[in-house]
Amino acid sequence: MTYVMVIYQGDAQERQAALDEEEQKQVYADYQAINQTPGVTTMPPMGRPDNATTVRVEGGKVLTTDGPFVGMKEAVGGLFILEADDLDAAIEVAARVPAARYGGAVEIRPSEVYW
Amino acid sequence: MVASLQQVFREEWGRVLAILIGFLGDFDLAEEAAQEAFAIAAERWPRDGIPSDPRAWLLRTARNRATDHVRRSRVLSSKLELLATSERQQVPMTGATIPDERLELIFTCCHPALALEAQVALTLRTLGGLTTAEIARAFLVPEPTMAQRLVRAKRKIKAAGIPFRVPPPHLLRERLDAVLAVVYLIFNEGYGGRDELAAEAIWLGRALAQLIPDDPEVRGLLALMLLHDSRRETRFRDGEVVLLGAQDRSKWDTRQIAAGRAELEGALALGGRGPYVLQAAIASLHAETPCDWVQIAALYGELYRLTGSPVVELNRAIAVAETEGPEGGLAILDRLGLDDFRYLHSTRAELLRRLGRTDEARHAYLRARDLTDDGAERRFLERRLTELAT
Repeated sequence: MTYVMVIYQGDAQERQAALDEEEQKQVYADYQAINQTPGVTTMPPMGRPDNATTVRVEGGKVLTTDGPFVGMKEAVGGLFILEADDLDAAIEVAARVPAARYGGAVEIRPSEVYW
Repeated sequence: MVASLQQVFREEWGRVLAILIGFLGDFDLAEEAAQEAFAIAAERWPRDGIPSDPRAWLLRTARNRATDHVRRSRVLSSKLELLATSERQQVPMTGATIPDERLELIFTCCHPALALEAQVALTLRTLGGLTTAEIARAFLVPEPTMAQRLVRAKRKIKAAGIPFRVPPPHLLRERLDAVLAVVYLIFNEGYGGRDELAAEAIWLGRALAQLIPDDPEVRGLLALMLLHDSRRETRFRDGEVVLLGAQDRSKWDTRQIAAGRAELEGALALGGRGPYVLQAAIASLHAETPCDWVQIAALYGELYRLTGSPVVELNRAIAVAETEGPEGGLAILDRLGLDDFRYLHSTRAELLRRLGRTDEARHAYLRARDLTDDGAERRFLERRLTELAT
């Protein structure tokens, strides 16, 4: 199965910034380990949501607003693709994402073809 | 004939459906095929007699139906693939060698990625063989709502890749606890008077104890349900709640109490000391005359250390009030901080009443009543208030 793993930072970035040096190293090491997990395809790292531009088209007119589509706390923080046997295997990988234990979350979305 | 036919259906539905889901990999197709096979059996068996190997007959018929469905289906590409896999897998065709895959099924139905209410509905539908209409009635929701809930759950199992298997050892404890929680929730829904759900939960509990005989919590839950259910007849009189102390003990189901105690003994022999085993031990003591309140209080203490639940502390307070007097119980209650919990206030009221602190008792009963919508329980509190005034 192909899963799109969506990382939400929530409070995680603030909380990680407050960690001591050893713990911060562990966070980086954990992300590195996930990137190297068999079945994982990484995406370019996502920049901060406050640098996002949101685009809508209304009546043919392009409207842009500053910031993410949802609030800063709810904004998507990152994505990766996971090939795994089943949902249990995906949950195990999700649980290793540091954001998930520092107040953020990982959403597991099965990939689906609509056409 | 009719009774035994129903019994065969009851026993076989979950087993046949589990096997079908296992090899078809599709809940809907499996359910449809099983339903058709059971309908054909309902028509033929009364006329021709029950086949010597009903399970194999049902499975063979259901598999043929499934194959027909797949062949007829217009969405060929994916279905053909499905058929190819299912035909590759040899299904053993005699009752004795057909594997029991109900455990795989119940772990799938109670997977934590499904909403709890969906877990409950799916378990009753697939393992218990209740119809959507029956489940809807039991949970007091409109049938289309329940149907939608089942459809959504089955779709998610497939789309999200929820596995059909017994979880590996490192997940087993947690997942088994989730299964037990679903069964106990079904029992408790039934305990308020909807008997068919309580019976259903006990049936599921028995099946689990048969499938996982060496887990003390599985046996403990079965013991707990049997012991509680043995008092079912006496919990209400003319639609009114009757408290344990006032129940007619001659109407308790002694056979069921004995069965519950046997399960409890089994659980204790396995070294069980988990939440269900402790609760069953407490329920067993409650069924004795006179009650050993000292031991009950000690067991609630142990249960509280395991669960940290203030509701358990509330129950300990009741036991302590029986051994040390109402003041001892009140002292525990006043540390709890369960201000929105109606049983806190009704328990306080009862203890205050025993101490003759009538005004405080009245206030507590009023607070409990205002937090209660349920008919019988609310009337019980009203009665207590009237008694207090005279």
